[in-house]
Amino acid sequence: MTAAENTNLLFFTELVGLPVFDLKHRRIGRVRDAAVVPLIHPSRVDRILVGGGSAWLSVRYDQVAEISLRGIQLSNEKLYPYHSDEYMLRIQRDLLDQQIIDVNGRKVVRVNDVTLEISHNGSDSLNVLEVDVGVRSIFRRLAQGVIPSRMVRYLQSPIPPNSIRWEFCNIVEADPLRRLRLNISTDKLEKMHPADLADIVEELGRADREAIFEAIDSEVAADALSEIDPRMQASILESLEPEVAADIIDEMDPDQAAAALSELEAETSEEILDEMERDPVFEVRELLEYDFKTAGGMMTTEAIQLHEGLEIEAAVAQVREQADLIENTHVIFLTNGDGRVTGAVSLNRLLLAGPGTRLRDLAGDRLISIGPHAKEDRVTELFDKYNLLAMPVVDDDGTLVGVITADDVISVLRQK
Amino acid sequence: MIRDLFLRFRRQIMIFLAVLGPGFITAVVDNDSGGIYTYSQAGARWGYLPLWTLLPITIALIVTQEMCSRMGAVTGKGLSDLIREEFGLRMTFGIMILLVLANLTNIMAEFAGVATSLELFHVSKFISVPIAAVGVWFLAVKGNYQSVERIFLFACVIYITYVIAGVLVKPDWGEALIYSVRPRLMLDRDYITMLIAMVGTTIAPWMQFYLQAAVVEKGITAKEYRQSRVEVIVGCVLTSVIAFFIIVACAGAYRGHPTDITDASQAALALKPFGSYTFLLFSAGLLNASVFAACILPLSTAYSVCEGLGFESGVSRRWSEAPIFYWLYTLLIVVGAGVVIMPKFPLVQMILLSQVLNGMLLPFILIFMILLINKVYLMGEWKNPKFYNLVAWLTVIIVIGMTLALSGLTLRHPA
Repeated sequence: MTAAENTNLLFFTELVGLPVFDLKHRRIGRVRDAAVVPLIHPSRVDRILVGGGSAWLSVRYDQVAEISLRGIQLSNEKLYPYHSDEYMLRIQRDLLDQQIIDVNGRKVVRVNDVTLEISHNGSDSLNVLEVDVGVRSIFRRLAQGVIPSRMVRYLQSPIPPNSIRWEFCNIVEADPLRRLRLNISTDKLEKMHPADLADIVEELGRADREAIFEAIDSEVAADALSEIDPRMQASILESLEPEVAADIIDEMDPDQAAAALSELEAETSEEILDEMERDPVFEVRELLEYDFKTAGGMMTTEAIQLHEGLEIEAAVAQVREQADLIENTHVIFLTNGDGRVTGAVSLNRLLLAGPGTRLRDLAGDRLISIGPHAKEDRVTELFDKYNLLAMPVVDDDGTLVGVITADDVISVLRQK
Repeated sequence: MIRDLFLRFRRQIMIFLAVLGPGFITAVVDNDSGGIYTYSQAGARWGYLPLWTLLPITIALIVTQEMCSRMGAVTGKGLSDLIREEFGLRMTFGIMILLVLANLTNIMAEFAGVATSLELFHVSKFISVPIAAVGVWFLAVKGNYQSVERIFLFACVIYITYVIAGVLVKPDWGEALIYSVRPRLMLDRDYITMLIAMVGTTIAPWMQFYLQAAVVEKGITAKEYRQSRVEVIVGCVLTSVIAFFIIVACAGAYRGHPTDITDASQAALALKPFGSYTFLLFSAGLLNASVFAACILPLSTAYSVCEGLGFESGVSRRWSEAPIFYWLYTLLIVVGAGVVIMPKFPLVQMILLSQVLNGMLLPFILIFMILLINKVYLMGEWKNPKFYNLVAWLTVIIVIGMTLALSGLTLRHPA
């Protein structure tokens, strides 16, 4: 069934301007706007705002008897004048022409129109069904009011619709108080892949972007921030309260954190570092010492180091204990008695090793490593030549100071 | 102490270099093939007399450009985004239709500039225009913004050819300087038309969209805005300096025998007696200006339209993800370049039409800009101060008046 015949659907552009009739079928005014109150119901149109005479009247959903393209028939005449209510999400004012996030399609879209569904349940009420984007809704917006609604419906039917279901929409609201009152949650955003969230955030205006980072969970924020362009990272971090920024930086990998902080002004980054927890802050400060374009600037300080003499069972047990480091770990580094790095064992070798094997016997013949002050070009060259997944960064006396992983190398190459 | 000062100075320079790009490029591209023609014509026909207009033109340019870059830096949104959010879809749609038409005719003028400048070097337009079109298309689609911006900044440097050409002609500098500050009004229809054309070609609607979008794309924030403002001002002043040298070069070339020229390439030919270098520099400058503007206009148009109407946009997307963006971009280039090599196409009328369309569009855009920049919830502490509003309104009213007058003159006396 197409929208031309579907009488259960009402577009917001059609709703605006519909005449409203009282019990004696006298016209009291025309619809000006409609509002959802998310605290009460996520999608029901709770209020219809009617302009008649000088003031606007507010019609509650249970005061309506019938809704059709001909007009709205009321069942109750006790209407109150509309006064600005901050709990209302007004479709015309707050939604139309604004940007929202399509969580499912993972992109930012601009709202052209809203599709409402009329449910006949004794008396008629409206529910927000979809947010319309694309050519069809643009046509409808332009034609509505110029030619009759039925004609608009007929003419638009050949254009393919492009809509987003209301439950997959995330409204962007920069004002934190209003966001709270409107009950706009960020769960949907938090469930997205950080890289997708990063793409979305890059597309928004500055205020909206900062609002999202202030609202979402700091762990999600950290993952997303790592994926964002460094210059934009800096502007986001600068806009946040130092404590909020510190929480986010805390959750980032030390190398990413150092990269983000190095883009900031010294004063701001010092403020954030002061707010951070003790453990990570030490590592981040250490990393900030190195030039951005050297091995030291690329590496992270998080790595698993085990003694070369360990047997496989004990080794696996120790790896389990350091489970929080496993995400970016592809290789485990072996040390001897004086803390020098002697070899590397990849995780898959560890998996396949027979019982009783010593780590020393699993390591490759030659350990490829690099000093912290080596140039980044040298690093990428070594990764390419030896097909590495990870490379240890060691200082002059041979102790491990950090690890460079393949994704660090990819980032460097991408930026060229 | 001195070291401190030095460090602070160095930091300022670093920030300036980091924000360098949008304001500079926009101002310089303003001297596109149409602009060069207007200035050449002014110099060839009236000598040094029109030079005094450059000062008020610079001020008008600075006032409008500064507002756009400020809005971009503070809101982080493009001009078409803001118009859409504040003035609704219908208004945006109307403006976008006009913008596409006006820019399309501008693009035709740029490709025509490519054709005529290369014909001076005996390259057929059937070769030059298709190559330029394909090159322009690939530059934006395959390059990334940073490298493209670097190419653009380099193209800005090529404008120096006009300065050298102006010097080689050995004009009467004393006279040139006197007329730069001494306003000269004459109740001559042609003279007034020329003055209006100079103002009218200087502030074009597309520039406001391009500049604001470029500031946003570059990620310039309110914090770095001071440096960004310096960049805008330097760019605008430089643009007028280049215009000054174009006028001076043509005034020198046609000294003693003022001529009505119909084409910028005619001015280039008139420079031949002053040495082959002068001719070469002038024509190379024209080619550069045309190609440069041809690169920016289609892309800027596609971005503005898609952002205003809510279609996906950006060269980082694939064709299937942003079809309308790519189709619009491609069509603008294909049509813009196509009509230039089409025999018997009324190109001159089209270019005149572009002036009329620009004139219709500009009042809306400038007025919207002033309304937007005075909204506290958008601009906060960066909204226009009272005095600035006065200057801005005055500028806008004069520019609108001049542009409307130019459109009117074009309609009444086509060519």
